Amino acid sequence: MTDQTASQPSSKHGSLLAVDARTKKRNAAETRFKAYGIGALLIGLFFLVTLLTAIVSNGSTAFSQTYISLDVTLNAEKLDPNGTGDRDEIAKVTTLGYTQIIAEAVANTMAANEIESPLPAGALPLMVSASAAAQIRDTVLADPSLVGQTVTFNVLASSRVDGYLKGRVTRESLARDRNLGPPHLDIVDQMLDAGVVEKRWNLAFITGADASESRPEQAGIGVSMLGSFFMMLVVLFLSLPIGVAASIYLEEFAPQNKFTDFIEVNISNLAAVPSIVFGILGLAIFIQIMHLPQSAPLVGGLVLTLMTLPTIIISTRASLKSVPPSIRDAALGVGASKMQSVFHHVLPLAMPGILTGTIIGLAQALGETAPLLLIGMVGFIASNYPDGLASGFLDPNSAMPAQIYEWAKRADPAYYERAWGGIIVLLVFLMTMNIIAILLRRRFERRW
Amino acid sequence: MSFVKLATSAMAMTAALTTAAAARDNVQVAGSSTVLPYASIVAEAFGENFDFPTPVVESGGSSAGLARFCEGVGENQIDIANASRAIREREIEACAANGVTDIIEVRIGYDGIVFASDINGPTFAFTPEHWFNALAPMVLVDGAIVENPYTNWSQIDANLPDQDILAFIPGTKHGTREVFEENVLAAGCEATGAHEAMIAAGMDEDAAEDACIAVRTDGLSTDIDGDYTETLARVDANPNGIGVFGLAFYENNTDKLQVATMSGVEPTVDSIATGEYPVSRPLYFYIKKAHIGVIPGLKEYAAFFVSDDMAGAWGPLALYGLVSDPELADTQAMIEAEQTMGDM
Repeated sequence: MTDQTASQPSSKHGSLLAVDARTKKRNAAETRFKAYGIGALLIGLFFLVTLLTAIVSNGSTAFSQTYISLDVTLNAEKLDPNGTGDRDEIAKVTTLGYTQIIAEAVANTMAANEIESPLPAGALPLMVSASAAAQIRDTVLADPSLVGQTVTFNVLASSRVDGYLKGRVTRESLARDRNLGPPHLDIVDQMLDAGVVEKRWNLAFITGADASESRPEQAGIGVSMLGSFFMMLVVLFLSLPIGVAASIYLEEFAPQNKFTDFIEVNISNLAAVPSIVFGILGLAIFIQIMHLPQSAPLVGGLVLTLMTLPTIIISTRASLKSVPPSIRDAALGVGASKMQSVFHHVLPLAMPGILTGTIIGLAQALGETAPLLLIGMVGFIASNYPDGLASGFLDPNSAMPAQIYEWAKRADPAYYERAWGGIIVLLVFLMTMNIIAILLRRRFERRW
Repeated sequence: MSFVKLATSAMAMTAALTTAAAARDNVQVAGSSTVLPYASIVAEAFGENFDFPTPVVESGGSSAGLARFCEGVGENQIDIANASRAIREREIEACAANGVTDIIEVRIGYDGIVFASDINGPTFAFTPEHWFNALAPMVLVDGAIVENPYTNWSQIDANLPDQDILAFIPGTKHGTREVFEENVLAAGCEATGAHEAMIAAGMDEDAAEDACIAVRTDGLSTDIDGDYTETLARVDANPNGIGVFGLAFYENNTDKLQVATMSGVEPTVDSIATGEYPVSRPLYFYIKKAHIGVIPGLKEYAAFFVSDDMAGAWGPLALYGLVSDPELADTQAMIEAEQTMGDM
């Protein structure tokens, strides 16, 4: 080593053109670092793609549903034995009284299409959703003159028939099933050829109400979407004014002292509190002390407001801070009061940032499940459409993420597909909100 | 300061808003997740057939539901608690302390508890003794109470498959756990003679009973606090695992699970109805009598729940997996008469 150094004294400050060993090493380190970065990015992308593929492949089937078109003879002897034609008289026949009528309708439809089956007539209605009885009954009650006629209904197929058309259910998987067996699937195959059974776009999944465990084919996310909507209204109208007022005060008016420091530290702390804590707080304060109604979107909104406030305050303060002091000085310089300078000049300039922060806070609140578990928003809840504004805020309802959680828990595998479908709907909302936030920022944000 | 002011005024506003519109017109139910499917089926049919709104059924477990049930009487309290076990003396006292005195107990039917494993694994034929020996921390081996040495089912009984012990049992907040402890673990403890041996070793009766239903904590048995879907996911992930399920859940997932016999009996609706299959329990719901007549539709919902149309042997509940109660007519009469627990 010493020899070499002695014979080549110039190599200590090597030529700029020749790459020496150390430069090579440094360049290699840089190349490696870039490779790590690209690797990290690829891993992230890989997970994103896997996740999206899983969601879309599992959930997209929820957006189509199998229907059977049945010629239903509305047997006057069963529905209106005295021939009164009176709505109240017909209403005395409950949905359970329609089972026989549906069994006959299935048998008739099969006969009309020359489909034969070894199954007893009593086993046939199992192919049809339990919702069909309610559908037919509602139609009859809306128009009692239909009694005695034969009407064509498009009824939902039961979840297992639907699963068969979607490839989830096979003859093997039904081998030990108590409700539906392979012979039913033979009938379905023939009905499919005859065009009686059809898989169609399922708008009811997006607009519908939750259904009980025995009829997953009927369940929709619509009512819980409204629940989420009313909750977001509460969050928006409480957290935006409170958050902005608090930020303006802290940023523009408050004196710098120990008290405001204390508040600032605590706002940052609150932003890091796990959301379940807000749920317990909501249960204790809003429900147990203030006696607000259980499971109401109003309470959910209040809890989520607590959770969103710190996010909004922090982002609002950041955007207020980014307005240069020269704007304030100029306003004060031409005689504006402190308040005028804030409301006429600083706030409008900070608005895009505030709105972006608010939308991102709302998106976060929209996807939040944990606090809702504690205030009773999980279960069979989203079954009634709210009628009117007050009912929307106060009547029990669920929210989209809570509904998805509930579906994922249910026994029938058909609910699994609906949980994934719900995730797609939720993601569409979240992405739309985030895109709006990005557009707002792009369009209106000013750089200084 | 403005933050505090605004926050308080907002809260005052919301409080005023809600007191203005308090009257509740729907029945509110909470409690056992085992009863939830049945309650949701009834609630849905109730909403379709009556002019009342569909009742709201929350889940959360029997104990949590009964605790909320006992919080008091009034519009902000639930009307009905679902439970997969009978209400305890302690809970009745807690209820009474909060003014909930007249409680109507309604038994809706029976539910079987089944032991199921991965469909591709070996089949099992269990007895309660097997389960006690597999799960207890202290078992009887050669006449002495020792720390549980078993790690494989075949060590317990040569007739059982050669498979590592791995059990997923319901957590303590579930009503199912209590039935599992009483009908399986305690029964197995008696049958193996461990109970006697514990007393002979100087334990008093209570301590021996507690030791009988204790569960080993070395990881071979896992408490599942979530729902059966979580147990199913665990069994899916561990083909060696054996899970404890409700009969209705198993019947919805026969493509993934196979069921084990207990004392030689296969669990079916029939074998549970006749009492042949040993591990079953009654399902209940509890009504606050003070709410009848105040909350519209409450009595009608309860009557509809136990009507022959719903809970009868051929009703939708039986179709879903409920073992219908042979004494359903008595229950119907009891609701008609609004007979509370004290009157019996």
